[in-house]
Amino acid sequence: MSLIDTPNIDDPDDFLAELLAAHRGLTEAQSHALNAQLLLILANHVGDPAVLRAALALARQR
Amino acid sequence: MAHAYAPFPYVAPPGLNAPEPRHKVVIIGAGPVGLVLALDLARRGTPSVLLEAGDAVATGSRAMGWSRRSLEIFDRLGIADKVLEKGVPWSVGRVCHGDDEIFSFDLAEDPGDRMPPFLNLQQYHVEHFLTDRALADPLIDLRFRNRVTGIDPDADGVQVTIRTPDGSYMLAADYAIACDGARSTVRAMLDLDFEGELFEERFLIADVEMEGDLPSERWFWFEPGFHDGQSALLHRQADNIYRIDLQLGPHADPKDESRPERVIPRIEQVIGPDFDLDWVSVYSFQCRRLGEFVHGRVIFAGDSAHLIPPFGARGANGGLQDADNLGWKLAAVLDGRAPPSLIDSYNRERVQAADENIRQSSRATRFMGPANGVERLFRDQILALARKAPFARDWVNSGRLSTPCIYATTGPDDPRLPAISRPGAVAPDAPQGAGWLLAALGRDAMLLAINCDAPAVADLPVLPVEVNPAVVARYLGRAGRALYLVRPDQVIAARWVEADARQIAKALAALWEGRA
Repeated sequence: MSLIDTPNIDDPDDFLAELLAAHRGLTEAQSHALNAQLLLILANHVGDPAVLRAALALARQR
Repeated sequence: MAHAYAPFPYVAPPGLNAPEPRHKVVIIGAGPVGLVLALDLARRGTPSVLLEAGDAVATGSRAMGWSRRSLEIFDRLGIADKVLEKGVPWSVGRVCHGDDEIFSFDLAEDPGDRMPPFLNLQQYHVEHFLTDRALADPLIDLRFRNRVTGIDPDADGVQVTIRTPDGSYMLAADYAIACDGARSTVRAMLDLDFEGELFEERFLIADVEMEGDLPSERWFWFEPGFHDGQSALLHRQADNIYRIDLQLGPHADPKDESRPERVIPRIEQVIGPDFDLDWVSVYSFQCRRLGEFVHGRVIFAGDSAHLIPPFGARGANGGLQDADNLGWKLAAVLDGRAPPSLIDSYNRERVQAADENIRQSSRATRFMGPANGVERLFRDQILALARKAPFARDWVNSGRLSTPCIYATTGPDDPRLPAISRPGAVAPDAPQGAGWLLAALGRDAMLLAINCDAPAVADLPVLPVEVNPAVVARYLGRAGRALYLVRPDQVIAARWVEADARQIAKALAALWEGRA
């Protein structure tokens, strides 16, 4: 499988709102911690090293 | 009780009075690696002179975690029974964060293996067992208080200058093997330098004696309350002696930290006040190796060739695997059975192994002492996640324990056979009648015939293998039959479901030529 870089979430606005809600009330350090955990959880869920590498490359792209 | 260090006797070497006949092999350094190499050469009929600057076994427990592969090597050299009787086998490791256990792992004994996955035993005990064997072996000329002060290699051999209490003398040999440890004088005399990384982390290691009865488990703490947010490791050893490793951080002063008045209060916080301090040392983490392990007729093995941080027990276990890889090759070249190119395969394979050990150990070191910023962020969040989600435990790195390197090879393979026994891997053990498969392998290259007759190949003994569940799981997989070509160091060179004599002879020739 290759990295999905086209829309894949039914209601992206809802998810963004939930993501920001999860950060509400956190200090900057707590927010960084939450993001790190979230990334690790999702990376494990994806599993496929080719997809993960493609995601890293996309994120690094300027 | 604390170890009594009785000196081994010094005997004036013959070379002090008259030139000695040229030797085949001179091994420099009678630590575990040099001793194992000398014993392995001896069982292949190759004599050696083993030079040791000191006259006693190592001080302190030092390398104390022996892997299954090392135990299998000890078995071939005749000391496994003593090591198993004296040592503390373990399979359970517990990983703590702060003062809580976040998870445990079990390396689990497998009925297919004779040896436990790991066993703790102080290096001085192992050296004693090996030294006793070496002293009793007529093919090993073990010389204490013989310090190498000069080495002069040429195209066909090496001249070694040696200082003894009675003066200096010289030896000539076809090969010199430097097993003289992290501060190798041979390496310094040849002006060879290490490549790699020197970490700033410092660790304090201590042997303490106490009457308690802590379980035979590996305990590792990240940021324990008792030690200022640094890492700590506790192992049980023989004789009621426990080994404690404490991370000190980059700015610790080794001399100051080794003082008992500094050490004792730290250890009290781990195990309470009732103990005797037996030995203490401070070291810094290093991940470095020589660019090449073979320099003409001078060959490096063990710590003289590579330095590896201790978590994962990859230093001495890796060193024993160096000796295991080198012994049969050196013996075969000296006997004229194999071309000198076989020695090059030692360099290729053990450099690959050292790189793997260095890669694994650097990652563990980074995890224990993360750089501030994103490295620490991810380390801390992995530890936090490991408490609540099993998947994150695989990321928690308190040292990846030593397993034999699987050498890169293009030896014939068949995908129907199990991955565990693929070419380049050490042959896995399995019960055979009342004994064990590895013990039945002998000292030569061998062809294992499983559920089939082996074609006759010159100079290749055949071992018919009894089929049982371990053999099916480890050697047959989905295939109904198989042939395995095994090297003299028990590494699998090639395997087939079906093969004719010509194919097997071709793989056997590649084995003796050291082709990948």
